[in-house]
This record gives sequence, structure tokens and C-alpha cells, in this order.
Amino acid sequence: MAKAIKIKKNVEEGLFDFLKSLLEKEKINGVFTLKKMDDNGAISYSLITSPDEFKDAVPLYPFMPVNAGKALSSFTLLGKTEEPIAAVLRPCELRAFVELVKRAQGDLENFLIISPTCGGVLSLNLMGDKNQEKIVSQYWTSVQKAEISPDTRETCQFCENFLPINADITVAALGNKDLDKEFILFLNSPKGEEFAKHAEGSAVSEEIETKEINEFRKKREELREKFFKETGKEGEGLKSLINIFAPCLGCHGCSHVCPICYCVLCDFDAKTHEYHSASLSLDLKNKGGLKVPTGNLLFHLGRMTHMAVSCVNCGMCSDVCPVNIPVATVFSKVGSSLQKVFNYFPGKDIEEPAPQGTYKEEEFKTIGEQ
Amino acid sequence: MEKKFKPNIVGFLCNWCSYAGADLAGSSKTDVDSSLSVIRVMCSSRVNSNLVLSALLWGSDGVLVAGCHPGDCHYEKGNYYARRRFALLKKIAEVLNLEPDRIQLSWISASEGKRYAEVVNKFAEDISKLGPNPLTSNPKV
Repeated sequence: MAKAIKIKKNVEEGLFDFLKSLLEKEKINGVFTLKKMDDNGAISYSLITSPDEFKDAVPLYPFMPVNAGKALSSFTLLGKTEEPIAAVLRPCELRAFVELVKRAQGDLENFLIISPTCGGVLSLNLMGDKNQEKIVSQYWTSVQKAEISPDTRETCQFCENFLPINADITVAALGNKDLDKEFILFLNSPKGEEFAKHAEGSAVSEEIETKEINEFRKKREELREKFFKETGKEGEGLKSLINIFAPCLGCHGCSHVCPICYCVLCDFDAKTHEYHSASLSLDLKNKGGLKVPTGNLLFHLGRMTHMAVSCVNCGMCSDVCPVNIPVATVFSKVGSSLQKVFNYFPGKDIEEPAPQGTYKEEEFKTIGEQ
Repeated sequence: MEKKFKPNIVGFLCNWCSYAGADLAGSSKTDVDSSLSVIRVMCSSRVNSNLVLSALLWGSDGVLVAGCHPGDCHYEKGNYYARRRFALLKKIAEVLNLEPDRIQLSWISASEGKRYAEVVNKFAEDISKLGPNPLTSNPKV
């Protein structure tokens, strides 16, 4: 039986009060959370240290303006934070951060990680929408009923890993019908238990895997199959790949927002991948024409070989794509088959090295023998 | 008379084993298919997947990567990494249905001049059967 406490408050309010009290009692030095930036609905991640600034914090607001894993990595690239900081992030963002820590791009040590059971996040183009409040309240209704909200990102709609891994405290939100009255915090680590003493809750014995959660997972698995089938129909190969990536502008936005793409200088942003006029006549002879910008397919395939096996399915890439290419779905589809090959679950175990950075002597025995 | 298709194959050969194997094949006057253009690399693990993809998208019909047998790497473990990388690339080509047979990884040691010739001749024959690479000739790529 997992350790848990029940707090008799609305989930957003309860979590807000808990974090605020930690900050006021100086148990933590800062809170990394989503925050309202103005009255027009703009939401952004912030690291808040002053209790006065905390009034606009909205820790569970269903937006992902940046992948928080990437943001936390930028704070801890040179080592752990000096003071303890509470961070509220979604399960995929946490897995992204773990992947970055594995690659020596961050440090988990001084964070109190709080993560909800996740119903997904809304598409970023809904931020600032005149119906934003209404959409958000519909979102919360679907979370209470453990239903898939149609306004969430495509990747969220088929995400099966909506329960946080490696979180100190899990906020149980999905499938809780009384979310506006009470909610449960699961305490997964001694650190989580220590800090949760400052929450006004009573100990309960509950399991995180409820009937609702299991049914929700099944719904998502069904959608996953559907999306994978529709994206890049099997058997068409090159043709479907060209169709998917044909509108690509070559802005490389997908790689810039990707938490796994952490290289300081991407191979594809480097001089080596600029089109060289010396090859023009040969290319024209081979191809009978040239698509511009050149090298888009190479960029996507190349990026795929580098990061798809560690893809955490956060959906940032699809969400920022100006021409609506389902980048995340394609990468997720390829990524899930790569993860099977290497028996790898991105962001699960901090000790497990990334597949490209390790090897076993006894594996892939048939490769190279032909 | 119709001209027979002669493929354009890029071969990344590791300096310590496969390149020396190719050298041996040459010095023992073994017949080796001429469609392979050799690029010498210091280790098979030097071959970034992007190099293989670049070759396939911009002019070559097949890519051969060759290195020392597992356990014999000059740098002790380079070819183990190369093997993983290749497994990954091959799987991507399979999932996306992009003719995974156009890429091959082979272990060829410095003393295997004969094996080098066999591998290259066999690969060239396989690629000839597959025909021209659609990635290379497609103006939309």
C-alpha cells in the first residue's frame, strides 16, 4: 500500500496552498511552476522565490509552454541548485529531465518533484483564445471523468505513460470525481514524505492504479493504434514519408523545443549541412529537379536516428510546427519500435544509460555476419 | 542494347581491419566489384548515421559499413557501438519501409581479403537487383 495523504480542498487550490506554505515556512527556496502572466490567458513557466510573486502561480494549468525538463536542465547544467526547489511538472517532462540528467545535462538532487497523473495538455494555439477559460474547465471535467479531452495535443491523446515515474509526490487527479472538493497526494520517496508533513492532510491508504486509471489506459491504447495506423500508412514507404514532411519549412523548431535534442550545435544547423552549390549540377542530373529548402527529409531522418529512441512523447515538436506536421506522432511511432529493440523505457531509470551510449558484447549477433 | 544498371555504392571501411582487408584483396589480385567507392574511416563507430543517410539521400544506391570483428576493435569497443547504431538505423528503415536492404554492416578483418571481395561482390549484386535508389532520384526528397 502506497503512502498517501488526502487533502480536503479543490486540487488546484490545495496544491497552491501546499506549495505556498512550503515557500513561506522556508522549507524550500523556490517553486518552479506555471504562472499566469497577464489577464489575457498567457501562461508561462517561472521559478518563483518570493511568496508575493506566488499569487499568480497555477501549478496544474493544462499548458506546456516549454518542456519543463529542458528548463530545469538549463538551471542545473553546472550542478545541483544551491537551495531546495519544488518543481511541478508533467510525467513526460519529468522523464525528459531524467533523460537529460543521464546525459550530464542537469541534476535532480535538490528538487522536490511534484507531478500529477496527467490528462494531457492543451494545444498551445488555444493560449489566449477567447474561450480559454471554458476550454480549461471542460478539460478539468474530462479529467474528473477520466476521459480523453479532444482539445489536448494529439500525442497526449494516445499517451500511455500518464502516471509519473521518479516523482517525489504524485498528485492523483485523473478519474477523481470529487476533484473540486478533495484529492490525494501519493508520497513516493522519503523526501516526499518529509515535505508532505507541511500539507494539511490526513493519511489514507489508497492505490494509484484504480479501475478508472486502467480503463483510461485502455482508451488511450486504442487511440494510439489508430493514430499510428493513420500516420504514414504501412507499405507506402517513401511516398508517405514525402507526403508527411512535404510542407516542412526547415525552421528546425521541432529540434529547438525538443528536450532530448540537447546538442549545443546541432549537426543540421552546422555549416556541413548547408547546401553546397558545387553539388548542384550532379543533384539536378540525378534528381531532375530540386526541392527547396534542400535536406529537410535528411534532417528529420537524421534527428530520428539521434533521439527517437529516447523520445518521451511530450508533443512539443508537433505543437510548435508552423505547418502542422505530425512530427511527434511519427517520432513516437518510430521511437516505440526502437525502444522495443533496445528494451529501453526513456526516463524510467536514471542509472540506465541511453542506448547509443552503451553496448553489450552479447547482442545483435547476426548483424555484421553477412 | 539496354545498358545494364551499375549501382553506386559507398563503403565506409575501418582503417585497421576492413581497409587493410581491401588492401589485401587488391594485392592478391582478387576480383572486386568496381561499384564500391571506398571512404576510409578510423573506426566503424566514426560512421554517424547522418553520413549513411546523407549518402542514401544524395546519390548512392547502397551503403556498406565494415569494421573489425566484435572483440577485435583497434579501439577495443568501437565496433560494439557501431553495431548498436546500425541496428537502430536498420530498424528505422524497416519501420518506415525504406528498403532496409540498401544498408549493410559487415565484419572484415585485415587478413580476410577473400571475404572482403565476397562481401563487396555479393552486396553489389544485391543492390543491382534492387535497382536504382528511389531516394536518390526523387526530386521531392
